[in-house]
Parts: sequence; C-alpha cells; structure tokens
Amino acid sequence: MSTLGAITQLLEIVCALLAAPAFLGWVNQCRAWLQNKRAPSVLQPYYGLRKLFHKDVVLAENASSLFRLAPYIVFGTMVAAAAIIPSMGTGLPLSMAADGIALVGLLATARVFLSLAAMDVGTAFGTLGARREMMVGFLAEPALLMVLFVAAMISKTTSLPLIAEGLTTRALGLYPSLAFTAVAFTMVLLAENARIPVDNPATHLELTMIHEAMLLEYSGRHLAMMEWAAALKLFNYACIGFALFIPWGTSTEASGPQGLLLAVPVLFAKLAVAGGGLALIETLSAKLRVFRAPEFLATAFLLAVLGLLVHLLLGD
Amino acid sequence: MSLKRWWSQAEPLAGKPSGALLAVGPAEWHAAATDAAAAGAQLVALWPTLYPGAAAGAVMRAALLVDGGLLVLELALGDPGHPYRGLHDLFPAAARMQRAAADLAGVRADGADQRPWIRHAAWGPAEFPLARAPAPPAAAAPPVDDYAFVRVEGEGVHEVPVGPVHAGIIEPGHFRFSIVGEKVLRLEQRLGYVHKGIERRFTELPILDAHRLAARVCGDSAVAYSWAYCQALEGLAGVSVPTRALWLRALCLEIERLQNHLGDLGALGNDAGFAFGLAQFSRLKEELTRTVAATLGQRYLLDAIVPGGIAVDLSEEATHALTVRIGRTAHLVRELRTIYDDHSGVRDRFAGAGIVTPELARRLGLTGLAGRASGLGIDLRVDSPWPPYHIITPKLCMRRDGDVAARVAVRFDEVEESCRIARALLSELPVGELRAPLEVPVGPRPGVGLIEGWRGPVLVALECREPGRIHRCHAHDPSWQNWPVLEHAVIGNIVPDFPLINKSFNLSYSGHDL
Repeated sequence: MSTLGAITQLLEIVCALLAAPAFLGWVNQCRAWLQNKRAPSVLQPYYGLRKLFHKDVVLAENASSLFRLAPYIVFGTMVAAAAIIPSMGTGLPLSMAADGIALVGLLATARVFLSLAAMDVGTAFGTLGARREMMVGFLAEPALLMVLFVAAMISKTTSLPLIAEGLTTRALGLYPSLAFTAVAFTMVLLAENARIPVDNPATHLELTMIHEAMLLEYSGRHLAMMEWAAALKLFNYACIGFALFIPWGTSTEASGPQGLLLAVPVLFAKLAVAGGGLALIETLSAKLRVFRAPEFLATAFLLAVLGLLVHLLLGD
Repeated sequence: MSLKRWWSQAEPLAGKPSGALLAVGPAEWHAAATDAAAAGAQLVALWPTLYPGAAAGAVMRAALLVDGGLLVLELALGDPGHPYRGLHDLFPAAARMQRAAADLAGVRADGADQRPWIRHAAWGPAEFPLARAPAPPAAAAPPVDDYAFVRVEGEGVHEVPVGPVHAGIIEPGHFRFSIVGEKVLRLEQRLGYVHKGIERRFTELPILDAHRLAARVCGDSAVAYSWAYCQALEGLAGVSVPTRALWLRALCLEIERLQNHLGDLGALGNDAGFAFGLAQFSRLKEELTRTVAATLGQRYLLDAIVPGGIAVDLSEEATHALTVRIGRTAHLVRELRTIYDDHSGVRDRFAGAGIVTPELARRLGLTGLAGRASGLGIDLRVDSPWPPYHIITPKLCMRRDGDVAARVAVRFDEVEESCRIARALLSELPVGELRAPLEVPVGPRPGVGLIEGWRGPVLVALECREPGRIHRCHAHDPSWQNWPVLEHAVIGNIVPDFPLINKSFNLSYSGHDL
C-alpha cells in the first residue's frame, strides 16, 4: 500500500462525509432557482444536522435495539461504500477488497436495515414506506447491476477503480453502449435516492412518502444519522456515475500527488454540473403514480440490457 | 303529490330571493321532502333550533334547493327528546347533519346512525351545547373516546389510520383507510376535532356585530359567509342594499374565488410533485392579494361586508389598478394552463384519479365546484341569481368526467370567468351610497342567506327573538355535503393518490366542525 494510496483513501472518505450534505444543499438550491424561488443556503443541510444532533431522541415505547442500531448501520454502510468508489483517485487500498457487485450488496444491506427499522415500531406509515422501498429496490438493483456489467465487460473487470482507470487510459471515443447505460443509471439514481419522479423528498403528505415514511419515527441524532446517510447515498451514486461514465480527472498511481491535487476541484466541478442536472430533471417532471415506478425502473433495466447488447454486437 | 302544492302552501322567506318557508307536521315532513327529492332537490342544510320554555321546544329545519329556489321545511317538535323522522334515506348528506344535531341539541332522528359526530370526549352524551344550560365543570381527565369505525375484513386487508395530527401543517381530521396492498377498499372519515362552539358564541353577540364572527367561520370563504349573514339580516330587516354596495360585494366574492382557485391550482400541482406549479400560482395569488390590500385595504376580505352595505370603497385609481391586475392574472393563468395541460406527468396524475360519476354525484348530493366537475350544473349565481348577478351573469363552468382533472379544469374555467366578471363589475361600478341604515325587528321566523362561495353554496340562517340579540345563527358550509362523497371518490384508488384527490375537493375542517 503506497502512501499516496492511503492519503487518497483518507481524503476520499473525509471529503464524502463533509461534502455530501453540501451536494444535497446544492441540488436544493438549484431546484429553488429553477422554480423562481429564493434559495436556501448550500449549508442548510448542515444546519439541519446540527439542530438534530442537539435534540434529544424520542423513542417509541416498543422500539427494539434494531431500531436504535439501524441509523449507525445505514450510515456505516454508506461510509464503506464511499471508501470503495473511486471519486478522486483509482489507487484505493480498500477498493481491492470489494468490487462493484459488493458495492451493490452494501447498498442493499443499508436498504434491508432501513426497512426493518421502519417496520420495527409497527406504525402503518413505516410499514407502508418499507413496502414501497422494497418494491423500488428489487427493481432498481438488477438495473444497477446490469449497468455495472456493461462497464465491467468493456473493462474486463468488476473492480470500480480499474473500470475508471481503463476508461481514462483508453483512446477517447464514443461508446454507444455506455450512452444507453448512462441513461439507465440516471433513472436508477433518481429512484434509489427518493427523488422526483419516483419519490418526493420535499413532501409533507405522509401517504405518498417512500423514504420519508420510513424515517417518520426517528428523531434527534438517529434522524441526523439517517439524513446524513441519505446525503451520502446521493453523493455516492453521483460518484459511481462519474467513475463509470466520466472518470477523466481522477488521479491514478501514475499521476502522482499533483494528480490528486487536481482531482479535488475536478470532482467538485462534476458535482456542481450533476447537481444542476438533477435539479433540472426534478423540476421538469411530476411525481409518478406509485405503480408507474416499476415501469420506470423496467425501462432503466431495458436500457441497460440494450447497452449490453450493443456492446456484445458492436463490440466497442 | 307534486312539489307545486308545497310551494303554494309556503310563505316567502326573509333573505334569499326566491326562497320559501313551509311549516309542516310530522307526517308532511317526510312527504314534502320525498316530493322534493323526486323533483331533483339537493339538501343544502339541516339544523335544529331549541326554544326553551316554548310549546314547541325544538324545531328542525331543512333547506332544500329545488327548481332554482330554496324551500325551507320547518318541523316543530314538542319535546326535543322525541325522535323525528330522518331524511337520510332521501338525502344521504343528511346523515351527518342529523348526528351533529343530536350532539349539539339533543334532537334525534329515527332509525339513523346514532354514533356521535361533532362530539368527541369533550362533553358527555347528555350535555347539549346549544341548550344554554350552564356548562358543566370539565372533567379532569376526559374519558377515552371510543368511536366505532366500520371494520373491513378479509385476507390481506389492513387499516391505516391517518391523522388527526398530520406530517404537515394542515387542519386536523382523521381518515381510516382499509386497504389491500396500495388499493383503498374503504375510507371512513372522522371530523369534529376543530369544534369550537361558534353557533353558541353567535347567541352571545349583538346581531349587528356578528357578521364579523360569520366572516371568520371559515377563513377561506369570509366574503361568502359575511354576505350570507348580511343577506339573512337584511331580509329580516326588510332593507334593500345600495347598488354600489352590491356591486362591490360581488367584486369581493369574485376576488375571494380567484384567491382560492389560484392557491388550489398551485397546491394541486405540488401534490402531483410538480413544484413549479406551486411557485407560479403562489406568486400570482400573492400579487393579486397585494393589489387587493392596496386597493381595498385588506389582504383577505374579512371585514369588507357589513350589515346594510359594504365597508370598503374603490377610488378611480384603485379601480384601474385592480382592473389591470386582474387582466394580467387572467393572461398568466392561461399560459400556466397550457403548461399543466401539456405536461404528460401532471396529466397522468390528474386524469382518472378520484372519479365521482354524475349519477353518484346526483345521488349523494355533491354540491358546488366539485358537483360542477361531475356534471351537476348547479351554480346559484346562474340558476337563481341575486343582485348583481342578475345583470352581470356568469357562465356555468361544468365538466362531466368527475376526476381530479375535471375539478382542475373547472377551477381554470372559473378563474377565467371570475376575471371576466370582476372586470365587468369594475367597469360598470355604479355610483351612490355604500350603506343603508337598518333595524332588526323581532320575529318568529328565521332569515336565510344563501351565497355561492368558491366551494359551493354557503347558508346562514338567523333568528332574532329579542331586540338586538341573536336567538340562533346556523352557518352551514358546503363541505358537509361533499365530505361523504370524498369517501366514495377514493374507493379503488391507490393510497398515495388520496392527498391529491382530497386536495382537488379542498373541503373545510374548521368551517364544518364549527
């Protein structure tokens, strides 16, 4: 393990932890601007987290230890995921331990614990939310896996850093298969992060919620962990997208410390553009009926499969 | 027997033009209502009045909208404890009104649902807020309220209780869903959480001041309520309101309609996850509201209408400013309408959600805006116009689909129409007095005011038995008729569509619970 690798690894985790709420704040800011509204500060999510960490936790009488543990598990899995996604550099010591498929597994673990915790207290809304989350999850996961497979087949490896590195070192060219999968990935990102059109993060209507419904019973630091984890998840997904489709600018073992210095502003530039795009998609669309979500995700899966076919047939 | 016979027996009603009052005995009560129902009548309101110490200790009155007129049936009950024949078999909307009458005054309908409606645990089953008995000391810990919801059973059926405390800042109401998966099998509402004793409070106020309380019965229909109150009062006093005041009142009513429709159209977009719509319509509403504040002196017209006339006036400049603003609003709403109509996501959410067929609407007595979206072409401003609507006549805005999209379309049509009427009123504003003096005579008969508010017909019945005092004032919101229809509208829909369907009706909690 090189020193540079260790520094990159540490920097990535710290950066993900600190920048994730700002990314969420940026998306919210862009959304407000696009709706002709005065926007809250980019720092607003931090204020929210600080407020929640200062508040006492109110627990339901019948909450089990699972309910209390789940926020830490969900948060932990998101941090672990951030550690293996090559957001800044590809020479990550930890990512050797887990490849893209393990990453999908990590995200699934978080989902399972979140859903179990939502059902733990036994309120109608938590169960309703958990049920819908599972419906979205079991359709989104195969689509995400399929997206990863296309990239893996191009690079002949399932390790995310190697996929990213493979893509940067190749000759610049158009990959039609990646274009299909990029669209599929964006759709999965929207669904998995409770964004419009699948879920509405800003709603107060408890009957329509998916992600928020599962958090209704949480308060204080538990809620803060959950919200931070949600911000991390969005950040992670964005970084997966960068690694798979626009990995240029990330540092490699070869590019040395200068490469790492350059990688930080490049990542923030990518995040800024991605956040704006996400806000644009959310502003232009309305929320789907819940039963349209499977169609939406089936389309994502189909696009990913098309990407795979294009790759196999055209062999790019 | 035809309805004509009943009309001929009835005496003119104070207040609402083309209204009539018919005192009936226990046998005729149901017979007259049956004939009215056969003629396609709608029940507007049903309310009890207590007369302590009189031969007729209690009187039930039922206001029926039929043939473009208002027929008020009056049934004297010797003893308030003696049950009367309920009208719920003819008008399903009567069921809850009868339950509320039992809670408030102790008069019970025969053979009807005997569960309490307005009464929760705050007072006991033998206490009646309208009976004017001294209030009993409140129990230290109110007993647990055990309300018998209807249970749905079967494989995979489960209940989702929602409210009365919600995740957002909205009024309290309890909704009990019985669902399979995401599909709603049955919805049962429980309201009454915002009961605050308004009808009793009316009796403690001077009759010439209580219009202010009437305006606050239901904040979003302040003009409609205060006009209905004043119409009843002016009817009792036999005063005719100056023309300029009438024109200005109608202007206020149309402004109120515009404010509410703009707010609703934005909120409906938001509930479909289209926040752009909320931002745009909120802006339009706020701009209009600010112009209203600058020209009429109040953001929301709570204190505009006063007995005998109106308390606000428009200068030449103010008239111009308001005309320009309303014209601009109409123009921008047309633009936004094309965005709503062309947006596939929004259209998909609106179309086919919460359908109330015209047959169901007619049978359940759906009223007002929601009724017009289900093919019931009833608009008091068109059917039985009162001044100034007999001169400046609105066009009836109606749809037949009965879904959320239809209720949105009727709102868009009515915004357009209200803008046109408001501009017509402004351009032809007559000059003259703003207020006529009035004195209220004491009499045994109620005066009834009936105004088409933005949600539907708002009724106020007013009785004066001592000089300057209110004996009884009943304020009735169209939400009474429409809440039960919402229970039917959501059957077969999916749970997450309920907020959107509910919003498309936008019924009042506070104005209903009183």
